[in-house]
Amino acid sequence: MSILRHELMPLKNSNDVVLARQKVRQWSIELRFSLVDQTKLVTAASELARNTLDHGGGGQMRIEELNSAARSGLRLIFTDQGPGIADLELALKDGYTSGSGMGLGLGGSKRLVNEFSILSEIGKGTEVTVVRWR
Amino acid sequence: MDRIPVLRMGSLLLVTIQVDMHDKLALQLQDDVTQRISDWGSTGVLIDISSLEIVDSFIGRMLANIAAMSRVLGAETVVVGMQPAVAITLVELGMSLPGVRTALSVEAGMELLFGAVANSQFGLDDEHPQA
Repeated sequence: MSILRHELMPLKNSNDVVLARQKVRQWSIELRFSLVDQTKLVTAASELARNTLDHGGGGQMRIEELNSAARSGLRLIFTDQGPGIADLELALKDGYTSGSGMGLGLGGSKRLVNEFSILSEIGKGTEVTVVRWR
Repeated sequence: MDRIPVLRMGSLLLVTIQVDMHDKLALQLQDDVTQRISDWGSTGVLIDISSLEIVDSFIGRMLANIAAMSRVLGAETVVVGMQPAVAITLVELGMSLPGVRTALSVEAGMELLFGAVANSQFGLDDEHPQA
């Protein structure tokens, strides 16, 4: 698998969340994702970018165009240096929320992508990686 | 700060969301709609989201909040024009917007609102049928 290009987007305020999802939209159009697939990936990006901002105290999104065995895809990596997540299993459950949200951010966005992984260390931060193949 | 306009048409409020909303703008809209209902005694709110390319859990929650707050203030809310791809994504995300009335078009939404308003004026709350 090769990474054809990548870009870094800061996530420092709620306007950055808008810019991040516009970037994901733009790249998924360029990769000729179907409208439903575009919408799913952009929605997942919006949820995860907001998590990075609200729970991680800000961070960044790295967007990568992937090419593997004649298929193309987009990988999004959200990283923050926030407090980390103590119980990942619980955080992925629908309806669980540590804040004022619906508790759909992590579990919900997992359903909108093809690959999902999360790394988190207490006091160090969190990294969420998602991939959607075309 | 920029705002999403809330228009008054007789006893109804009309809101057309045409921008990619950041979270503060969504919260501002929630406040504005409830304030206008109270100021003008509106009995219905129509929210057109046909230009929205995504509805994530935050915007979904805002729509549900507006519907709930309006109901408490005596107004019905109808959300109209959701794009099919948005509907598919929203349900997969785990949000089916319970408690929010929806319609395909502005016209259908208007009919629903006028029906709901007429019913409530005659004391027939169609969500709690007495028969």
